[in-house]
Amino acid sequence: MTQTDSVVTLERVTVAYGKSVALRDVTASFSAGAVGLLGPNGAGKSTMIKSLLGFIVPERGRMRVLGLDVAVAPLEIRARVGYMPESDAHIPGMNAVSFVAYCGELAGLPRVDAMQRAHEVLFYVGLGEARYRNVETYSTGMKQRIKLAQALVHDPDLLFLDEPTNGMDPKGRDEMLELVRDLAHNKGVNLILSSHLLPDVEYTCDHVVVMDKGAIAAAGPIAALKQPRGRVYELRVKTRDGAVDAFVERLQSAGLDCHATDEDIMRVFVPGEGGARQLFALAAADNVQVRHLRPSVSTLEDVFATAVGEK
Amino acid sequence: MPIHDQGYRRYSGGKAPRGYGWAVITRAGIRTLVAKRAFLGLLLLAWFPFFVRAVQIYAAANLPQAAFLAPTPSTFRDFLGQQDIFAFFITVYVGAGLIANDRRANALQIYLSKPLTRAEYVFGKLAILMTFLLLVTWVPAILLLIVQIAFAGNFTFFQNNAYLFPAITVFTFLDVTMVATAMLALSSLSKSSRYVGILYAAVIFFTQAVYGVLFAVTRSTSFSWVSFPANLTQVGDVIFRLPLKYSTPWPVSLLMILGLIAVSGLVLERRVRGVEVVA
Repeated sequence: MTQTDSVVTLERVTVAYGKSVALRDVTASFSAGAVGLLGPNGAGKSTMIKSLLGFIVPERGRMRVLGLDVAVAPLEIRARVGYMPESDAHIPGMNAVSFVAYCGELAGLPRVDAMQRAHEVLFYVGLGEARYRNVETYSTGMKQRIKLAQALVHDPDLLFLDEPTNGMDPKGRDEMLELVRDLAHNKGVNLILSSHLLPDVEYTCDHVVVMDKGAIAAAGPIAALKQPRGRVYELRVKTRDGAVDAFVERLQSAGLDCHATDEDIMRVFVPGEGGARQLFALAAADNVQVRHLRPSVSTLEDVFATAVGEK
Repeated sequence: MPIHDQGYRRYSGGKAPRGYGWAVITRAGIRTLVAKRAFLGLLLLAWFPFFVRAVQIYAAANLPQAAFLAPTPSTFRDFLGQQDIFAFFITVYVGAGLIANDRRANALQIYLSKPLTRAEYVFGKLAILMTFLLLVTWVPAILLLIVQIAFAGNFTFFQNNAYLFPAITVFTFLDVTMVATAMLALSSLSKSSRYVGILYAAVIFFTQAVYGVLFAVTRSTSFSWVSFPANLTQVGDVIFRLPLKYSTPWPVSLLMILGLIAVSGLVLERRVRGVEVVA
């Protein structure tokens, strides 16, 4: 499989829990590498992952993972993917190394290989020193790491990571993101990272699929999505009466997207090629002094906000 | 040096063919249980009646004064009846947490994210309980048969009662299958193994108590079909060619047993899922 191939595709997939529709006619494609699945809580991210694993049967639509049809070959798919669930999950009564080795055996590894890889991946995720402790005694951060270890032990071609930094302290979160980034960029493991945290996705992924209310709101390479069709400026102005509301309305009536970010700084999106010249012209027309004007770099947050309509 | 720099290697070794995941589950379950001293003690205790019976058979074969202890086909049926109490405790000890503990720890989504079907998961869990139940029923009963041949020094008893081997096998497997599937189904209904154990005991004793009340009122044993232990006794007596204790037709008792197995299967089909959907 080449790097440009899609590892996961969904065609018009609809999933409902009773009367509640979790995925609405979703068509999406996840390219190889690291892809972020971004969206607010309840957007349908976990439902999508569970459908791809075959836990939930969609009402309509077709899904393919690593070129295999989910409805036809779920076991072949699960042999080649790793899943790190969102909630706490472990096999009760086992220490970490037994648990991870057991997961390896369940995935088809011979017993000796499973045990060897269990030790390796536990060191890799930073649990080497705690590998003989019962998993039930682990802290939240350690439980996140062991979930990653069990997902990795059989060396999957594709990892589904569902909110991997949930409940972790800042240091642990940074280390987890480093691991995810390392897996995707240095170890050649394709992964889909589901998260509602923009910085996590931006740090670890190259592509993003933004979901909202069970539908795809935006998708593509993060770099491309961050390129606005126009330019974004940080702007601070001074008016005669000190109130900027009238000027904001003036900008909006001129077709510029404008919203305040701080006390007196606003972010203005100028579509087309007009750029700063158009801003200066509008300010001059209204006798408004421009005190600060700086081109702003579009962030994934902008992409997300635009995609889910949070302007 | 960040810890992840210690490396992650891609795996290039072979993988087992699919379909053996249940054996991994069973092996791990058995290993976990035999590591518990309390459980080993219970197993040893369950074998005590076997040694008593073996001494009885030895005495009957070697001491003329003890000829009245000579085994008959009903000796083997009685032995299996005696083992019921140990089977009950083993069922509760082993079976109550088999799925309940996995549900408590959200382990089902781990299991089912591996190349493992729900049927394989259930079969793997079932095999753990069935292994231990057969270890205290079928294995000692068959060994008793062998002991009888060994101590008697001939095959006469065995040849005259050739049906005993299949009878022991059919009855113990029917008994163990019913008990194991029922317990597994109950275990899938809760996240608390303690609650499951109590529930199982309640089902067994409640059905027996209901039959007791019906018998007291009607003075008839034709309502024995409401009690699962009575159904097993009835079918067991048919299999061992012994006079029936109850007036319930044995096919009705058999249907009740098969019905319980089927209902347990349906419960397991509904409850063992990678995701719990509350619509």
